Amino acid sequence: MTMASDIHTAPTDSLKTRADAMFRTKRLWSFGLPGLVLLYLVYAFFAFDLPGLIDRARPENGAILMRDIYSYKTHVERDNRTGEMSYAIEGERKGEYPEGERPDWVTVDGDVTTVEMPEGHEVRYYPDHVEYDIPGYGTISARSEGRGVEATYPDGPMPDYISAARNRVMVVTDAGRVTITRNRTEVFRYFTGWELFFFTLDSPYHGLSAGELLSRATSGEAGAIWHDFWQNNMWRHADVAWALFETLLMAFLGTFGAAIVALPLAFLAARNFTPLMLVRQFFRRIFDLCRGVDALIWTIVLSRAFGPGPMTGALAILLTDTGSFGKMFSEALENVDDKQIEGIRSTGAKPVQRYRFGVIPQVTPVLLSQVLYFFESNTRSATIIGAITGGGIGLLLTQAMITQKDWEEVTYYIILVVMLVFAMDSFSGWLRRKLIKGDDGGH
Amino acid sequence: MADQTASGAGGSSSAQIRESYMAQTRRKRLYGGMILAVFVALMASGFITADARNAGGFWDGLHQLGAFPAAVMSEAAEKITDLPANLVKYFPALVETINIAAVSTLIGAAGGILLSMLATRGLARWPRLIPLWRRMMDVMRAVPEIVIALVLIFVLGGGPVPAMIAIAFHTVGALGKLFSEVNENASLKPVEGLTSVGASWTQRMVLGVMPQVAPNYLSYALLRFEINIRASAILGFVGAGGIGYELKNAMAWGIGRYDEAAAIFLLLFVTIVAVDQIGSHFRDRLTHGRKEEVLA
Repeated sequence: MTMASDIHTAPTDSLKTRADAMFRTKRLWSFGLPGLVLLYLVYAFFAFDLPGLIDRARPENGAILMRDIYSYKTHVERDNRTGEMSYAIEGERKGEYPEGERPDWVTVDGDVTTVEMPEGHEVRYYPDHVEYDIPGYGTISARSEGRGVEATYPDGPMPDYISAARNRVMVVTDAGRVTITRNRTEVFRYFTGWELFFFTLDSPYHGLSAGELLSRATSGEAGAIWHDFWQNNMWRHADVAWALFETLLMAFLGTFGAAIVALPLAFLAARNFTPLMLVRQFFRRIFDLCRGVDALIWTIVLSRAFGPGPMTGALAILLTDTGSFGKMFSEALENVDDKQIEGIRSTGAKPVQRYRFGVIPQVTPVLLSQVLYFFESNTRSATIIGAITGGGIGLLLTQAMITQKDWEEVTYYIILVVMLVFAMDSFSGWLRRKLIKGDDGGH
Repeated sequence: MADQTASGAGGSSSAQIRESYMAQTRRKRLYGGMILAVFVALMASGFITADARNAGGFWDGLHQLGAFPAAVMSEAAEKITDLPANLVKYFPALVETINIAAVSTLIGAAGGILLSMLATRGLARWPRLIPLWRRMMDVMRAVPEIVIALVLIFVLGGGPVPAMIAIAFHTVGALGKLFSEVNENASLKPVEGLTSVGASWTQRMVLGVMPQVAPNYLSYALLRFEINIRASAILGFVGAGGIGYELKNAMAWGIGRYDEAAAIFLLLFVTIVAVDQIGSHFRDRLTHGRKEEVLA
């Protein structure tokens, strides 16, 4: 109504100019803002030195990473001085074949050891030299000689997958990798999958099919089978499970500990419960301090006092979240309905009873949903804090990454972390719905 | 009639009601008490377990809690004259941390807007694919930043870019979820109007939906920016550049260089508090501004 009368009374010209001005401002905003963002991104492009990054990037690392995620390699190695052969998965001690055993693609015939590789490649170890058959190229023969490697190649140009130097010959093909130096000769053969995920080579259950395992389990070996799987020293399932639990524990203790600490303090920081300005401001500044000193700084300070471990991580989360919860709780408390408190007061209730029956039931759903939300996001934070303070799955993850070779383990941990976060996500969502809907005024 | 039945059944039924009410209350108290007991037991055993697994015990460490901050403070106080120089020295690192947070928030918000539009019922370009986009956002949210950052550091080398990508990735998921909740409340009438004049999907989203939800988007993006500053400081600590990296180095030098650590602590603290305050001021204004519009 007022609008209509406005239009009638206001001169059309002034309305027009106002509309024009509004359009101009709007146009300025809608073109200026994206322009500014674009300018900023261009600045960031150079500030982050992206052109230089392309030089520094190591795509071959990416290739190694991708390959390692879905495949593993078995090393066949001969010490050229002693003539001793060793077979090990990923070249690790814990992946070594037991004495006298070897992979079935390696055959020993008297002095000659033959390694069969895919695509018709074959490596033969003779007592004094090594021969490598490459289909379509020929046979390379190499022996260790004095300080280096003496190798003879077939006639013709040398393919670029062979890198030959005086002290090292390396052939990298899709079939595998062969490295010959003075001291040792190494063959890597790649296989798809995660090696020894269930049982290591020293376990009697290695290489059995699922059906066989099941029949053995039912005939009373279930305990032994479980032990061999759980104590698998390549994948350390028991340790990983414990680390996951530790991460969860940090998040749990930190979040709920913070909620317990913050709840009484929030009353002291809420306007309607603490009329005294000074007290209120004091507690609010404490909350700000807890939040402002980031979890990173808390972690550093606390790990100086308590050393690395899950307790330090839990306390770091606890301190940071006390600040966040204090602020949120006191805001929730300021929004409570006074009528319920008055009603309780009219029955002659004491202050504590008024809080318990008049306030807590009103704020419980809000607080609980906030706490559960934080619990969920802290599961993720606990991974990061664990990496810094040294506890939980975060530590395993960074350790596996720093060695830069066990990318299948990294992948395994990542999958576990994501699954844990997913599980917490749905669990806290379920609990939130259940508690908040089923909550008819406190318990 | 009603009076008669009430008074007629009176004596026995009110006693019954009271009885059943009391029973209900008792049961509720019992459940409440049980949940509380389980919770307390969990907390206590959790703290004992965590304490046992920690390198130093809680009670042994408690009295040393002040030792490190005191050492840093006293050294900083001794070399108070160096403080301005140190602040200037580490300011570029701080700018880098803020840049990481800002760029990743911008990229994350752009990705989040797109994904949220694709994942909102009524707005989606391909309604059948809604569950796919939702799952995708869930996964992006679930992967901790540190994982992506460390993998990228291995491939790309150290520096701000791995951290930026890692945080942006997470931000897409986190903001996408919040944005799609906002989108659900947007009125579909402008969208329908635009459809009737033959607007393409992009035009409908940019002209029909975005103006409605922009203030909410902005408010969430500001909140995310605050979170991302913290995240980028933490990622620096694992080798992704910025002030976190400098802090790690300053800490590694140990006693004698704590004045630099103090300067970094100060910079980080002031930045976080400042962004927090400015952000909450603007977020307040965004929601208030909207209220005024509604009133006008």
